[in-house]
Amino acid sequence: MRLIRMVQQQTKSAQSNKISTYLTLIVLVVFALSIVSLFVAVETYLIGDIITAGLFAGLGFIAMLICLFLLFQTRRQAAEVKLDIPKVMAVIECQNKDCANKTLREFQRGDFVFKDLDIACGKCGGKQMITGIYKEVKEKEKTYAV
Amino acid sequence: MSFITGSDSVTQIIGLVFYGFFIVFIFYGQRIQMYILVREVENSLHKLRHIKDEGRKRAIDVLNEIGKPTSDPTARVDRYLDHFTISPQSMDPAGIVNKLDHILDIRDERLKEEVKFMAPAVADNEVQINNLENTLEAAMALNYIYKVVRHFYIQGKKTLSLYVIMQLQMILPMVMKEAEAYGSALKAFAYGQPIGDSVGPLVVSRLMHGFEVRKVPKDCVVSSVPFEGRTALLLKAEGPGGNVGKPGQAIETVIEEQQGKLAMVIMIDAGLKLEGEKVGEVAEGIGAAIGGPGVDAFKIEEKVTKYKLPLYAVIVKEDIGDAVSPMRKEIHDAADKVIERVRDVVKERTKEGDTVLIVGVGNSIGVGQ
Repeated sequence: MRLIRMVQQQTKSAQSNKISTYLTLIVLVVFALSIVSLFVAVETYLIGDIITAGLFAGLGFIAMLICLFLLFQTRRQAAEVKLDIPKVMAVIECQNKDCANKTLREFQRGDFVFKDLDIACGKCGGKQMITGIYKEVKEKEKTYAV
Repeated sequence: MSFITGSDSVTQIIGLVFYGFFIVFIFYGQRIQMYILVREVENSLHKLRHIKDEGRKRAIDVLNEIGKPTSDPTARVDRYLDHFTISPQSMDPAGIVNKLDHILDIRDERLKEEVKFMAPAVADNEVQINNLENTLEAAMALNYIYKVVRHFYIQGKKTLSLYVIMQLQMILPMVMKEAEAYGSALKAFAYGQPIGDSVGPLVVSRLMHGFEVRKVPKDCVVSSVPFEGRTALLLKAEGPGGNVGKPGQAIETVIEEQQGKLAMVIMIDAGLKLEGEKVGEVAEGIGAAIGGPGVDAFKIEEKVTKYKLPLYAVIVKEDIGDAVSPMRKEIHDAADKVIERVRDVVKERTKEGDTVLIVGVGNSIGVGQ
């Protein structure tokens, strides 16, 4: 977080502040209009014109939601900066063909495929070797019906 | 309901404001659109900067941890990250491949020397030096991506050109994907974990494991193995350090050693998948399955054409992110499917007693032999 804050501070130039002000101004104007729209909705409702009141209320709420979304989006995007460091597993196989015991453990620095390990097999006491290293991705890919 | 003809004064004001907005959007719509685009690019640039800084920090940390430099390597790392290569002049393209090959050789040697200087404790350990070099190259790629995006962002803002910003914003999703892939590759390179691109060497190492291995130039290993009643010459970059070798040169050497008497050449590599295709899908084709600047592909094509050798390719589908980040299980599992496919190809298209050359193209990081 400290790094993110530092990065944000460093990249805030005078020009980017100017753009930010423009956007904030637009958001504020739309926000003010949405409040007026809601006020008119109440007034119209009291007169008895329910359809017009509903339209004004809808318009006001939509405008207000857009404003809030814009404001939160700018804050959220900076916080989303993170690097995905996946868990990597090593497949360990016993070299005794009669045993062929297979186990999984987390990757350790210095591991590589076809590395002979000093640790004996838990089942038969035979020599063990790393036969595979991979990460499991659990994310569900979005499918498209095409 | 009418906005402007309503009797209520508030309604009339709102109507006027709406018309005002309409007029403003007619004249300033493009500029407002540009500000929104600029903001999007700015957010991505923040992200890129963070990933780039993380890459630099990780590279320095790994150098300090493994290389035990005598002085602070930060300045040297920064110099390394800004390193560039000028490709040869192509106005007269004759002989450009050899020129490019020479330039790339110089680059490799220069960068390796630099890494050795920054990591004196492992200067004699080829595996660690290769892994450190790969880590620094990933950081270098991130640095370059960041600088290019920043360049177009500033240029777009300076000129207030919607089209410069728009082009940048349009390619940003792909750029970000690549940057994030390099970001997650940093740990893989630093720790020596196999990456998606290592699938070719993984397949070949499974076939050659347990047989005698000899080195061939440059940075490759070859092994002669009995395979379905034929002799298979298995070739891959030397592992387990991060190394792609020079398969073009190695294939040239092996073909010349055999005086061109090979029944076929099969190349196994990771191939970029199209959206909608599954990671780890295996596909078969014709031609030199090898990426890079084209020098290796050129050499291979020259040699197989000289001896009229059939050149087959088997690829494992993955996207750019999978190719440079730790190997996914789907890709790891695809290695067995590739072996079966190669077995079929060899049995169907060669006779018993023939000799075939099987090449595992890619980075041998984390894959021994």
